[in-house]
Amino acid sequence: MSKSITIALAGNPNSGKTTLFNALTGAKHSVGNWPGVTVEKKEGKFIHNSNEIIAVDLPGTYSLSPYSLEEMIARNYIVNESPEVVINIVDASNIERNLYLSMQLIELGKPVVIALNMMDIAERRGHKIDHNKLSQALGVPVVPIVATQKKGLKELLDAAVDIVRGKIKYNPNRVDYGKEIEDKIQKTKAMIKDKSNIAKYDLRWLAIKVIEEDEAVLDLLNMKDKFSAENEVAVTNEDAFENDFEAIIADRRYSYITSILSKVVKKPDSKVLTTSDKIDRVITNRWLGLPIFAALMYLVFWFTFNIGNIFLDMIDGWFGALGESAGTALEGIGVAGWLNSLIVDGIIGGVGGVLVFLPNIVFLFIAMSLLEDSGYMARVAFIMDRAMRKIGLSGKAFIPMLMGFGCTVPAIMGTRTLEDEKDRLATMLVAPFMSCGARLPIYVLFAGVFFPGKEGIVVWSLYIIGIIVAVIAALIFKKTIFKGEATPFVMELPPYRIPTLKVTGSLVWEKAKGYLLRAGTIIFAASIVIWFILNFNFSGMSEMPDSIGAGLGKVISPIFKPLGFGSWEAALSLITGLLAKEVVVSSMAVIYGLGEAASEAAMEGDVTGFVEALNAVGFTSLSAYAFMVFSLLYTPCIAVIGTFKKESNSWKWTGFSVAYQFVVAWVISMLVFQVGTLIGF
Amino acid sequence: MEKTLKTLKPGQSGKISMIKCKGATRRRLMDMGVVKGTEVYVEKVAPLGDPIEIKIKGYNLSLRKEDAQNIIME
Repeated sequence: MSKSITIALAGNPNSGKTTLFNALTGAKHSVGNWPGVTVEKKEGKFIHNSNEIIAVDLPGTYSLSPYSLEEMIARNYIVNESPEVVINIVDASNIERNLYLSMQLIELGKPVVIALNMMDIAERRGHKIDHNKLSQALGVPVVPIVATQKKGLKELLDAAVDIVRGKIKYNPNRVDYGKEIEDKIQKTKAMIKDKSNIAKYDLRWLAIKVIEEDEAVLDLLNMKDKFSAENEVAVTNEDAFENDFEAIIADRRYSYITSILSKVVKKPDSKVLTTSDKIDRVITNRWLGLPIFAALMYLVFWFTFNIGNIFLDMIDGWFGALGESAGTALEGIGVAGWLNSLIVDGIIGGVGGVLVFLPNIVFLFIAMSLLEDSGYMARVAFIMDRAMRKIGLSGKAFIPMLMGFGCTVPAIMGTRTLEDEKDRLATMLVAPFMSCGARLPIYVLFAGVFFPGKEGIVVWSLYIIGIIVAVIAALIFKKTIFKGEATPFVMELPPYRIPTLKVTGSLVWEKAKGYLLRAGTIIFAASIVIWFILNFNFSGMSEMPDSIGAGLGKVISPIFKPLGFGSWEAALSLITGLLAKEVVVSSMAVIYGLGEAASEAAMEGDVTGFVEALNAVGFTSLSAYAFMVFSLLYTPCIAVIGTFKKESNSWKWTGFSVAYQFVVAWVISMLVFQVGTLIGF
Repeated sequence: MEKTLKTLKPGQSGKISMIKCKGATRRRLMDMGVVKGTEVYVEKVAPLGDPIEIKIKGYNLSLRKEDAQNIIME
């Protein structure tokens, strides 16, 4: 068999690139990150006419300028990894802007095949596109396809393979940039052609990039200072805004496209409103926009947590039953008590405690995927941008923050919709302050014991503290470590589309798989470790008060002294709370020997069993409040830490998030206790 | 007063004569087709008063008013 062919898939966001990639590779693709960044990289292998083909899905971009991470990744991949051919997917119903990227791809010098997608939608709008003429005008193969129906894929791959095998002569036409720029291109070419490190680049492309003052290229050619100096002169001579070369080049590209399209496309003259426009006039209407948005968010929340919780209870029930029957069975066959406890309490309890959230995550991602695929997500950013900008974040950060009230794990996963790396990290760092569902049992317990009759206002105040801390933290991050030029908010509002089951299904499956994988590895290991420290000391198995865990609690407890809860029991329950926040309540039950019943009763609001025990270790209503504040603000749980690592792709940031949340929790909780003591609570 | 994209009301349209934005925003706008001589139609303003939505080159684009203010119309 001949050598395999690597195809890079490039195109605008919303052009159907993912659909085409899935249609080409089927389920056989791997998902990872591009080296060093959190942008997703997908790769798949398949056979076409006995040619092995590797398809690489490049990030969706509008351009190849070096301003965004995605654009740099796409450009660097094409230049450095030299795929044999680039398939450029172009949305036929939005052809003018889509071809702008095509111009830049062609300029890179690697063979390009254009896949003209969504021909059906273009036709329905009355646009007639002659793809043969377009192909002639551009000098590159153009193949009409409908990716959702898998139409035209064979012809597309044939064209790509034929180019690689030399059966089609590839001879693209170039954009004519006009005399002034073309002269400059010639001069620049002559100037740089002898540089040693440019063998793999197209000389004309390099020259154009030099004229555009592309920083990455100027760096490569070692001519940063020289060129900006020369262009500086030009700028002072003429109107700085009207005549800079970057603008002229963009201008010429677009007028070149316009002149080609005038010969190739026939569309109706009248400005007809599309169905999508009509829908949008209602959905983002000045008056209806916010109420509709609020209602939809409520629906997503309700769907995720109410419907999800039905399944959550089921899974919880299964694990409970599994634990019990496994316990009985193991006892029956004479397994040692410690091993029985390890399996039942440690592994089944620990992994089960995390797996119960799977339904929430699946339902959340179904909802998110529907919003995204339908085109509504862009409208959320449109509606919320002004409010979110006040705290230095983009409108798109709103949804993940809201999700944080349910569960922090999907909230952090949901930051994927943010394109800007800094915005995304900032959102990931503050989203955990939104009080998640698992923290509620702690509030219910402590508020019930120490603030009877006032539980509602106490719990509400904690949610508000979480929001305020998140807002302040976001402001501080954007003014310090994530400082820099604000990312431009210039965003396409794609037409509304009916989401397809296939896209939604595959996305949800990927997320669920990732979560299951983590439950099976990190969380499995952590569960065993925690079980050990609670049941062993250095001379063997022990009761909990003599265990390593209790020892650890005693070592750590002085840290919490200024916060008002310096007992080892409190310290230990907070440590075990890292497994999952509800565990704070259940481990208190275990530590105080109150048993399962008291813990379950407490979660449902009956706290009689706890009153004495908590008073005995010195909790007062003030220190109880400080304890709740601490529980609200410190690192949610290991599932979150694992997710943070996976999504940020960095142990450094993961470590930072854990450490700073601990510090914030400590400081604020300490302030609550100390100030409260001073003013006499 | 200079006529800018910001001064256009929803339902009005015009032709771009100059883009005075800078840096990444300028580049991004140009990449998205906001270039000299292009016809723009203002579709609507977001419920909170910012950003705005325009129609350009046959698709819908949203941008903030602070940037629209630097897009000069003919």
